Amino acid sequence: MSATTPVPRQQKSAAFEYLTTRKDEFVGWARKFSLFPYPFVTACCAMEFMSVSSTLYDTDRFGAALPRFTPRQSDLLMVVGTVSHKQAPILRKVYEQMCEPKWVIAFGVCATSGGFYQNYAALPGIDKIIPVDLYIPGCPPRPEMVIDGIMKLQDKIAGARHPIINQDF
Amino acid sequence: MNTGDNLLDRVLASLGAQALETGMAHGILVLQIAPDSLVPVVGRLKREFGFDLFLDVTATDWPQRRPRFDVVYHFYSTRDFVRVRVKTRVEEADPTVDTLVPLYGSARYMERECHEMYGICFRGNDDLRPLLLYEGFVGHPLRKDYPKQKEQPLVPYRDVKP
Ligand code: SF4
Repeated sequence: MSATTPVPRQQKSAAFEYLTTRKDEFVGWARKFSLFPYPFVTACCAMEFMSVSSTLYDTDRFGAALPRFTPRQSDLLMVVGTVSHKQAPILRKVYEQMCEPKWVIAFGVCATSGGFYQNYAALPGIDKIIPVDLYIPGCPPRPEMVIDGIMKLQDKIAGARHPIINQDF
Repeated sequence: MNTGDNLLDRVLASLGAQALETGMAHGILVLQIAPDSLVPVVGRLKREFGFDLFLDVTATDWPQRRPRFDVVYHFYSTRDFVRVRVKTRVEEADPTVDTLVPLYGSARYMERECHEMYGICFRGNDDLRPLLLYEGFVGHPLRKDYPKQKEQPLVPYRDVKP
């Protein structure tokens, strides 16, 4: 590569900008319908997770239901339930094993803030150790809330920039 | 009278002399004994009276009292369906009692938990590693002087900018 100075964004042609935007839209559309969640399930919220992912509520229709039980094949980490300090290193490692792009949902108040566990054992919210894209409150959250949350995450993905070729494109 | 009540009467008659205090609580015979007589008393409960199931060992923290801790054991007879509670007091400076592992193998894990939560030492139990907590945890969280919300995170917290 020759050492050309990068062209500042505002000087790029309108056609190029148009192309970039369309590319982001297209990639966002593709990504939002191919979410593969990794369920990091630790506590009672798991019951609600089972309910929301099985027949009656069926998150499959949003393209978000096929769980991959290895973090390397998934792009959505759903942290479902209380995370204790003893488990925190495991959660951190699972998160680090996931490939980019990746998103994180905190499912239930325990994952969001520790909930009513304010003591020596529980981590007060997973965002203390990993970045979180979406919080779903509730103890446990209703399936409708989870579905709403997934749709919000899909909107977020659709509206985001998706740099897949290089930093500027 | 069922056989269980008879059994408790017999236990009381024969072990009452070794107890500092006796009583009944919710149908459970309570024996308060000195730490030294723990192993002999429990051994007799098991061998002579058939208390074959070791239910639990825990502790009670009385911060104002000397000695500070009660170590509390529960035993159950699966033949007569009655329970016995054995309590013994230990000092904060030396919270040590003898282990019950030679009598009940299951005591191994329960003593481990009691050790990490209350800091009671069980003389003769060779495996007092943390069970529910982790290596490096300082203090004993169920003691009343452990600050309620004091955390000891294993993963450093992120620097989140609001
Ligand atoms: S939020 Fe409620 S239901 Fe979910 S893990 Fe915590 S305590 Fe259990």
